Amino acid sequence: MPATKLSKAAASDHASRVFDLDVSSLRELNQALHNLAPGSNETAWEVLHPKGSHSVAVGVDQPVSIDVRGSVGYYCGGMNSGSAITVHGSAGPGVGENMMSGSITVKGDASQYAGATGKGGLLVIEGNASSRCGISMKGIDIVVHGNIGHMSAFMAQSGNLVVLGDAGDALGDSIYEARLFVRGKVDSLGADCIAKEMRPEHLELLQGLLDRAGVTGVKPSEFKRYGSARTLYNFNIDNADAY
Amino acid sequence: MCGIVGLFLKDKSLEPQLGAMLSEMLVSLSDRGPDSAGIAIYGAPSKNEAKITIQSAKPGRDFPGLDTELAKAIGVPVSIAVKSTHAVVRTSPDKIDEARETIQALRPDIRIMGAGDVVEIYKEVGLPEAVVDRFDVRKMTGTHGIGHTRMATESAVTTMGAHPFSTGADQCLVHNGSLSNHNNVRRELIREGMKFETENDTEVAAAYLSSQMAHGKNLGEALEGTLSDLDGFFTFVVGTKNGFGVVRDPIACKPAVMAETEQYVAFGSEYRALTKLPGIDNARVWEPEPATVYFWEH
Repeated sequence: MPATKLSKAAASDHASRVFDLDVSSLRELNQALHNLAPGSNETAWEVLHPKGSHSVAVGVDQPVSIDVRGSVGYYCGGMNSGSAITVHGSAGPGVGENMMSGSITVKGDASQYAGATGKGGLLVIEGNASSRCGISMKGIDIVVHGNIGHMSAFMAQSGNLVVLGDAGDALGDSIYEARLFVRGKVDSLGADCIAKEMRPEHLELLQGLLDRAGVTGVKPSEFKRYGSARTLYNFNIDNADAY
Repeated sequence: MCGIVGLFLKDKSLEPQLGAMLSEMLVSLSDRGPDSAGIAIYGAPSKNEAKITIQSAKPGRDFPGLDTELAKAIGVPVSIAVKSTHAVVRTSPDKIDEARETIQALRPDIRIMGAGDVVEIYKEVGLPEAVVDRFDVRKMTGTHGIGHTRMATESAVTTMGAHPFSTGADQCLVHNGSLSNHNNVRRELIREGMKFETENDTEVAAAYLSSQMAHGKNLGEALEGTLSDLDGFFTFVVGTKNGFGVVRDPIACKPAVMAETEQYVAFGSEYRALTKLPGIDNARVWEPEPATVYFWEH
C-alpha cells in the first residue's frame, strides 16, 4: 500500500466511527471493518475498552486509520492490508501476524512473535518486543524502539528488522535473506547469522526506515547489520552440525 | 492452551476480596481450557488448627458423620465444613498426617485435594464459572491464591486430573504446557518415597518441587531446579504457605504476563485476566523472562 493513501486516510476530516467493546462485540467491530467498501468515507475508527481482547481489527483491507485505546490480546491487526492501526497500549502475542501492507504502531510493549510471517507494511513497537519478533518475516519492515527477546527473526526470509535496543539469544537463527539492524548488544547469533558490513546503501535504507517509524535523534551509523551467511541454503553434509 | 492465574496480595485491605478477584481472573480465561478448573486459596492461619480439603463423588454418603468418627479415631476434636463435592476438615496440626490416613481408611472413596495450615483447594470438571459458583469461591478471603482452567493433554479429564496439584503441606502448583520427561522423573520420585495419584505430568512437577523443598531448598531454589531437571514446555505458578513463585522454561512459548503494584503481584496467561484488577492501568506490567525464577514471600 503506497504511503500516500495512508496519509490521506489519517488526514481525513470525517468524524471517527467509535466502537466501544464494553457495548459492542468484537465480532461487530471486525464485521463493520470488513464491510468497508473501497472509497468509503468512514476512514477514521476508534476502538475503546479493548481489555486485552483477541483479534482486534484483524483482516482489514481498506486504507483507514484505527486507534485502539488500551491493550489488546492475540493477533491484533493480523493480515492487515492497507490500514494504519495504532494501539495506545500494549499488544499480546502475534501482533500484525501475516501483515500484507499498511502500518501498525504499538505505543507500549509487544508480546511474542510480533510481525510473524509478515509480507509487507510497517510494524512499529515503541516499547519492547518479546521473543521471536519477526519470526519467518517475508517482506515486512519492523522497527522496535526498545529491546527484542530470544530467537527473533528465526528463519526470516525478507524485509528489515530494526532494533534500537538490545537483542536476546539466537538472533536470526537459520535466517535466509532479511536484513537485521541492531543498535545495542546482541546476546548471541543463531545458526548461519553473521554480522555484516554496513555499506552506504544500508545506511540509506536504515535512515528511510527510521524516518518512516518516526525515530529521531538516532543515526544509522550507530547500528550493526546482521544477515545470512548463506551456508545453510542447501543441505550439505559438511554443515550438518550447524543445523 | 490452558489458562493460569495467580494473585499475591501485599495490601491487607484487599484480603476480603481475594476470592472474588481470583475468580474474576480465572473466568476471563475460560476459553483457554474447557475441561476442568481449580483454585487454591491461602487463608488466614487459625489458632492451633490445620486443614485438609477432601473431595467425594458421593458427598451425601461420605461426609455425614465423618467428623465424629474421625474425632473418635484420632482422639482430638474435628470439625468439617461441606461445600458441594468438597469439604474442609479442621483438626489439630500435630494430628494432620494421622487424620489423612484415617480419612482414607474410614472412607476409601474420598480423595485428598491438599492439606496444610492455610491452604484450601477446590477443583472439578467443568468451566471456571461453574466451579467458582459451586464452591462459592468469590466469598473466600485470603492472602494469595492460584487458579487453572484446563485443556487436557497429558491425562484424563477427571477431578483428580484438574489443577492445582498439591503434593506437600500448603504447597500447590498450576501448569500451562506439557512435560516430556515426566515418567522418568516420576520413577525417581517414587524411589524417594513420593506417592502419585494420577498419570498427570503436572503432578510430577508439583512432587518434584515438594521433594526439593523437603531436601531443604527454598521455593526459589526449587524452582531453579525445574530448569535443568524438567524437560518440556512449562509456565509454572506455585503457592506455598507464605510464598508465590513463577517460572517459565527456556523456550518460553507458553504465554505469561505479570503485573505488580504496591497492593499486589498478579499473574495471568493473558493480559485480559488482569484488566479488572485495581490500579492495573498504572501497574508495572511485564512478560516474565524465559528460564528466570520470580518469587515473593510475605
